[in-house]
Amino acid sequence: MNKITNNKAWFLVLPVFFIVAISAIIPLMTVVNYSVQDIFDPQTRFFVGTEWFEQVLGDSRLHDALLRQIFYTLSVLFIEIPLGIAVALTLPRKGWGVSASMVLLALPLLIPWNVVGTIWQIFGRADIGLGGYVINLMGIDYNYAQNPMDAWLTVLVMDVWHWTSLIVLLCYAGLRSIPDAYYQAAKIDGASRWAVFRFIQLPKMQSVLVIGVLLRFMDSFMIYTEPFVLTGGGPGNATTFLSQFLTRMAVGQFDLGPAAAFSLVYFLIILLVCWVFYTVVMNAGKQGEQ
Amino acid sequence: MARIDLKSLAHSYFPDPKTDEDYALRRMEHVWEDGGAYALLGPSGCGKTTLLNIISGLLTPSHGQVLFDGKDVTSLAPEERNIAQVFQFPVIYDTMTVYDNLAFPLRNRGIDEKRVDARVREIAGMLDLNGKLKQKARGLGADEKQTISLGRGLVRDDVSAILFDEPLTVIDPHLKWVLRRKLKEIHNKLRPTMVYVTHDQVEALTFADKVVVMYGGKVVQLGTPQELFENPAHTFVGYFIGSPGMNIMDCKIDDGAAWVDGQRIGLSNRHLEAVSKQTGKLELGIRPEFLTLETGNADKGSDGIEVNITKVEDLGQFKIATTRFGTSEIKVKLGEDEQVVGQSGILRFVPEWTKLYADSQLVA
Ligand SMILES: Nc1ncnc2c1ncn2[C@@H]1O[C@H](COP(=O)(O)OP(=O)(O)OP(=O)(O)O)[C@@H](O)[C@H]1O
Ligand SMILES: [Mg+2]
Repeated sequence: MNKITNNKAWFLVLPVFFIVAISAIIPLMTVVNYSVQDIFDPQTRFFVGTEWFEQVLGDSRLHDALLRQIFYTLSVLFIEIPLGIAVALTLPRKGWGVSASMVLLALPLLIPWNVVGTIWQIFGRADIGLGGYVINLMGIDYNYAQNPMDAWLTVLVMDVWHWTSLIVLLCYAGLRSIPDAYYQAAKIDGASRWAVFRFIQLPKMQSVLVIGVLLRFMDSFMIYTEPFVLTGGGPGNATTFLSQFLTRMAVGQFDLGPAAAFSLVYFLIILLVCWVFYTVVMNAGKQGEQ
Repeated sequence: MARIDLKSLAHSYFPDPKTDEDYALRRMEHVWEDGGAYALLGPSGCGKTTLLNIISGLLTPSHGQVLFDGKDVTSLAPEERNIAQVFQFPVIYDTMTVYDNLAFPLRNRGIDEKRVDARVREIAGMLDLNGKLKQKARGLGADEKQTISLGRGLVRDDVSAILFDEPLTVIDPHLKWVLRRKLKEIHNKLRPTMVYVTHDQVEALTFADKVVVMYGGKVVQLGTPQELFENPAHTFVGYFIGSPGMNIMDCKIDDGAAWVDGQRIGLSNRHLEAVSKQTGKLELGIRPEFLTLETGNADKGSDGIEVNITKVEDLGQFKIATTRFGTSEIKVKLGEDEQVVGQSGILRFVPEWTKLYADSQLVA
């Protein structure tokens, strides 16, 4: 086939280019700007090269925050993904139960982040919160405002409560797209329940799960509002994740240079992990397909 | 390999069926002989898939029993019945290789790998899949996927029966023909009981020793292709089998003959005797092959009917003339060198091949 070359077509891309420039590239350039200069006011600024980057990367408080963040995000993924799949598998496939469970599952997703934080802040209190009260009643000394472990767990449980529904809904959509004939064929072939999951359900959920994992990774890696409302990053630094740390640096201490440098590193980490994950999963799927 | 009996079997998808219309399968007695190659033919929605799913155990019938070699299996799940079924659209396990797909039904039953390997290679050889065994199944075309599905149906050599539910729908005509031959070969070699559902009479007639025709949730006839052609037990069989189908006309019996649109059509005593006991709606049927049409000032005689010829189609091997008298339209099949002259002619019915139906059922 002969392709017609017409460079005027590039003009059609211009509007998109402008929108992306205004919404993403220009703000990002501002950050880059801050990360390589020491700016006191618009007239007084010095180029500092990689100094901010070196300072930030050598900061042990940041290392701690990063480790906490990685551990937290992994916990989120390891709980929410299997739990989401498990719940999706048990949901009804027809009848009134379908819409009932959809509504129920969608509820947490509709609540704004800071409200979720507030809900759990109250829910977890030992004096006036139902959750905290019941746990203490069972003889467990639970106080998320004082005990680092309790705070960490509370943030984790809150995230699971808030976001597992997303995984459930995604998986459920994947499961619904499997024609009945697959299950029938599996019965005829004598497949076990596990084999049905492994060879029929899981492959059909693969693409939605990739999206689910990416969304949950990015979101939990950038978690800010809920711990901010619930614990304010404490007690101590137990729930100070990367965003929190960054905000403290940028807004609290007004260290804009290091904060900007760190923002870029942060951004690159997320981009890199997503890219690697996506490429690996997609290539694994294609293997043997020629 | 087994003989399959259906004992007063009926099925409704509704929890409490009231009228006949609520039943996807009306009460039936039916026997599938051991080692038979059956084609199950019928229009869409007549209950073919329902019947197959009941035999394989995917569906539990609401009434009656299914027996395999005399043993009641009605309440057994498909995996306990040892039966194979191939569906209309390809079902393959995407993430497995072609080899693993074929081996799947065997491995699930704990058969040792040496035996699995031998069977998989044998079936792959029959279906020309040998070169593709190591490939992932997901990248293949619809044809190949369906061939794999077919292979999974054939790979177990100890099944009671193999059920095919329109297995070649998605396959292109040439390969369809090849695969049908393969199935026929496999049947001749191993003699499994095979039931093959199709819409397509040519497919049915080339594949099967016996054809079962279903209509409206009932088996209306079981017979060899020739029996179905010569002696349709139901107007639907007459209409469905043969190309073009049987001519069917409303008729009345009077004065020792049948009357269609005021024209007299001679009957034999056999007809008259049988029809005297009938009360239902009467119809007369005759195949286009068994009518004669004379043209060019032919003599009407005592048994001829004057007709207008509205259309003559020349199909190479034969011609089809569409004729008309009163409101009845009748097709006649003519040899390739029979000439049709002019717009009118004389049509003759042969009593031997004239069939009478009461409420669509054959009377004589
Ligand atoms: N799961 C179901 N629930 C309710 N009714 C059904 C169900 N499956 C089939 N039916 C009805 O039962 C009747 C027989 O359906 P069946 O699928 O057995 O027909 P079929 O002969 O296989 O048709 P086709 O040639 O289109 O495959 C149809 O009227 C259909 O609407
Ligand atoms: Mg069907």
